[in-house]
Amino acid sequence: MNDLTESFVELIRRAATDLPSDVESALRQARDREDAGSAAEGALDAVLENVAIARENSTPICQDTGVPIFYVYLGAQADESTRRSLKRQMEAAVAEATERSYLRPNAVDPITGRNSGNNLGRGFPTFHFEALDEEGEADGGEVLRVELLLKGGGSENVGAQYKLPFAGGDATAPFDAGRDLDGVRKVVLDAVYRAQGKGCAPGVLGIAIGGDRGSGYVHAKEQLFRPLNDINPDPALAELEGALLRDANALDIGPMGFGGKTTLFGVKIGAYHRLPACYFVSIAYNCWALRRATMTVRGSAGSPQEEVSFR
Amino acid sequence: MSTYHLTLPISEEDVRTLKVGDTVFLSGVMTTGRDAAHKYMIETFIEPSSPVPESEQPIYEALKNVLHEGVIYHCGPVVRQRSDGGWAFVAAGPTTSIREEVYEPQVIEHFGLRGVIGKGGMGPDTLRACQEHGAVYFHAVGGAASLIADAVKEVVAVHKKEAFGVPEAFWVIRVVDFPVVVTMDTHGRSIHDEVEAASKAALRRLTVGE
Repeated sequence: MNDLTESFVELIRRAATDLPSDVESALRQARDREDAGSAAEGALDAVLENVAIARENSTPICQDTGVPIFYVYLGAQADESTRRSLKRQMEAAVAEATERSYLRPNAVDPITGRNSGNNLGRGFPTFHFEALDEEGEADGGEVLRVELLLKGGGSENVGAQYKLPFAGGDATAPFDAGRDLDGVRKVVLDAVYRAQGKGCAPGVLGIAIGGDRGSGYVHAKEQLFRPLNDINPDPALAELEGALLRDANALDIGPMGFGGKTTLFGVKIGAYHRLPACYFVSIAYNCWALRRATMTVRGSAGSPQEEVSFR
Repeated sequence: MSTYHLTLPISEEDVRTLKVGDTVFLSGVMTTGRDAAHKYMIETFIEPSSPVPESEQPIYEALKNVLHEGVIYHCGPVVRQRSDGGWAFVAAGPTTSIREEVYEPQVIEHFGLRGVIGKGGMGPDTLRACQEHGAVYFHAVGGAASLIADAVKEVVAVHKKEAFGVPEAFWVIRVVDFPVVVTMDTHGRSIHDEVEAASKAALRRLTVGE
């Protein structure tokens, strides 16, 4: 494979500065639903104006450019050395993107308190390596797909993981939640209530039911890559996504927590098989600035026909 | 709900006329300060275990100057160094304020702050300090980083950049028409408390049906 460092810088630039069109159009619809002259409408007007300025000037949509989370899908030809060299190129791209002010230096050593200055550190950024599915590889001629999520700290702080059954039933959480989809619905609403405006509402939730504590959060974040208007292939989850969107918006927390009609503009749920003893609900809260971008490499790797595209 | 254009420093009289829901456009010189900055101000100047060291005196004077009847902005910006060595703000939205709840009342009192800019609101101790000392909480639009950076016309100075890193340093900036909404005022009202209480009643309705 050719050196892709510069393409990875472009992937980062796009994610940081160019909000995906499905997200922008959902925000525009949310803006039109709020009462004229309300603080909620004013906040969404500022959001939309900001999105336009960031795109025009190639400056970060939000100064908290977050943890870069790379999901790397490799074709069958990739071996261990490909993987190592891709990782090195992505790290170089992250440092370069920081230098070009597409990213804020965000990697802080928890022991010394020092910021590394270039977004590189132990376990920073985050990489997940997976295999491309065979169909995509055969049909689309894909040899590599890299999905990037820039996830800010404010919204990361309001994410939550619940263990069902969840015994609330007190003033803090007025309900009990059992080991079923209605229990899932209740704890997710609890998380949205606790987040208030602090995760930069209106937000999008990526949710994983099941898995273990680690795989649950990873799968929850994967949901954030789904287009906002897609329909969950599992009818039970599709129904739950709709119910949660409706119920969360009935909390009237609204943009920035000012009160208003849109608290969430997307709920995406995945499910992993779970252990008999465990029933986790992992919730990744994303702020309105859902910064995701995808880069695809097609053709025969390393050859002159190799083609890199972004969306 | 009114709209005001205020220039820093702000008088106590002006700040006490503000009410939750008001839109304000701020102009003048302010400083950013977030987690490391608040911890530092408390430990070094406000509740020092030993006298303020000689090395920190110039920063203390600079902070007293900008914070007295001024505002502190909870923000960790993206910056760019110009070829002449000066700095420019590239992206500069607010960070979540509640982490500073344990420090802010003392900072308001000690320096005579008139306002705190951030997002997500703050708690009862800060609300009380706002009433007692004449200060408000200004909510900036979270994530509107390029828009707000446009309102930052000049980086006047930076303190503690090496020690705290770029996001956590004190960036002293001159702004023109920085847009904010008052969400906690000197009269004891907090939009955040009101929205939380209403959403809690809704949560009960949606979970236990009463």
